[in-house]
Amino acid sequence: MSELLQFFVSGLTVGAVYALVALGFTLVYHASEVVNFAQGEFVMLGGMVTVFAYAAGVPLPLAALLAVLVAIVVGLLLYWLAIAPARGATAVSLIIITIGASILLRGAAQIVFDKQFHKLPAFSGDTPVDLFGAAIQPQSFWVLGGAALLVLLLYYVMERTLLGKAVMATAANRLAARLVGVNVATIMALAFGGSAAIGAVAGILITPITLTSYDVGTLLALKGFAAAMLGGMGSPLGAVVGGLLLGLLEAFGAGYISSTYKDAIAFIVILAVLFVAPQGLFGRRAVERV
Amino acid sequence: MMTRLNRRSVILLALATMMALLPLVFPSSYYFRVASLVWVSALAAIGLNILMGKAGQVSLGHAGFFGIGAYAVAIGPAHLGVNALAAVGIGALLSGLLAFLVGRPILRLKGHYLAIATLGLGVLIAMVITTESRWTGGPDGMPVAKLVLFGWRVSGSDTWYWITAGLLLIGTWIALNLDDTPTGRAFRALHDSETAARVAGVAVNRFKLQAFVIAAVYASVAGSALAMMNGFVNPDQAGFLHSVELVTMVVLGGLGSIVGSIVGAAVLVVLPQVLTVFQEYEHFMLGLLIIVSMIFMRDGMVPMLARLITRGRR
Repeated sequence: MSELLQFFVSGLTVGAVYALVALGFTLVYHASEVVNFAQGEFVMLGGMVTVFAYAAGVPLPLAALLAVLVAIVVGLLLYWLAIAPARGATAVSLIIITIGASILLRGAAQIVFDKQFHKLPAFSGDTPVDLFGAAIQPQSFWVLGGAALLVLLLYYVMERTLLGKAVMATAANRLAARLVGVNVATIMALAFGGSAAIGAVAGILITPITLTSYDVGTLLALKGFAAAMLGGMGSPLGAVVGGLLLGLLEAFGAGYISSTYKDAIAFIVILAVLFVAPQGLFGRRAVERV
Repeated sequence: MMTRLNRRSVILLALATMMALLPLVFPSSYYFRVASLVWVSALAAIGLNILMGKAGQVSLGHAGFFGIGAYAVAIGPAHLGVNALAAVGIGALLSGLLAFLVGRPILRLKGHYLAIATLGLGVLIAMVITTESRWTGGPDGMPVAKLVLFGWRVSGSDTWYWITAGLLLIGTWIALNLDDTPTGRAFRALHDSETAARVAGVAVNRFKLQAFVIAAVYASVAGSALAMMNGFVNPDQAGFLHSVELVTMVVLGGLGSIVGSIVGAAVLVVLPQVLTVFQEYEHFMLGLLIIVSMIFMRDGMVPMLARLITRGRR
């Protein structure tokens, strides 16, 4: 029982990070129909900038804030320098551009930082909390709480503010949104900035548990994508459920079946979802949005 | 205006002449090696171009098939006692079979769903290679036995230059010929508009699958050639980054242009060699190259140059 709970909590913790990455994907996809493969690089930036600022003597909360700001700037630059000039390109061309951006960012991180693994101290100590016999890292609560807070915040912005309505309008029909006075370009830039911030926060929260290095982004992006796909592309609720589900699948798969193929689970999920139900759990029934 | 047949012979002849003349200006065996790398990459890129440029379907996991070919010639002779040449065939057969089986459900998808599915397939292949270390040597890779042809041990970068050049010529010839077959016409129709092709009676799914299998076999043979040439394989050859490089070669050179794929391969192979001084910047430069070429040369280098030349003539 305690073992089950242990796997459950560690699965939820990792799943929360996947959920945040998937949420970032969804936000950008919603606003611009771009599948942003550089999403994982925001997570990497969040972790790495915090680590290096903290090592340079900046207090942890400030270092974290700095990391989020850096990620937002990078996200905006990505939109203005790479995505906006390629307007009208095919879905696949845009994917290749974001893959290029992800390779570029990884290369830049390798130059600016280094190729080592780095750790952050846990936010509130390393003493495990005993929960029905399972030893839970306090950092897990930070990850879960932080993720929940971000999801709620995003929900509030999307559902209750004019800005959120503008994003929804852009997603529904770009031309119509422009006709009613939505500045579509600004909305898209905001979506990139916002998803960068979400990714960076995920990176900061998880680094004390999983460590970070310049190349953690690729795998995270792919898994976040698997999560988004599992939930249904373009559905924020789906992204969160898909992320948590993927985290749990990985934790239980590694715990009860085999840990060597833990990372493969995400890709088996991608293929299985695409074969069986391309629309995902919460997505619309269209495979291609024309 | 040249006729189609002429154009084809001209391309093949120009390629063969260049291959024959290049060694005259090569100062060292290092150049032979880099050129062989270009020929091998070009072979894989041409195969991928048949899928991407002709049939209009993307594959972001193509290095997986490259890896299958590479590991076939490593594992076959070392663990199973299979002759190296037979191992090339087995690798090609396995790749083709896998492409056939997986292609059926995957190729129904479109746009980025197809991209993700192929990407997932490629990453899974790379993961199996990295994990099954008993067979593959794991992340460190494994040595490949020297190719022996009728008692002759094939080695030396100049020998491999001619072998890979020959392979590329054959690959180019097949790809060029494909243009004028019913299959090639069906591919082009697919590329222009799937719906129109379907209405005109093209068995859309069958031809997509054919293109996928052809592309997989090309990549596999290229992988085998590289593995035997290097005498070594490692999982990076099947990895995501290599898949991206292959796609970049095709797109940079020009979708649908066979010559373009060779040019694209040359750029992507030679550039890192020139930039070894800035080895740290290799990834940075690759990323930049991908972004810039996708934004400013959407049609690729060769089609763009061709257009400039015809415009100049007018």
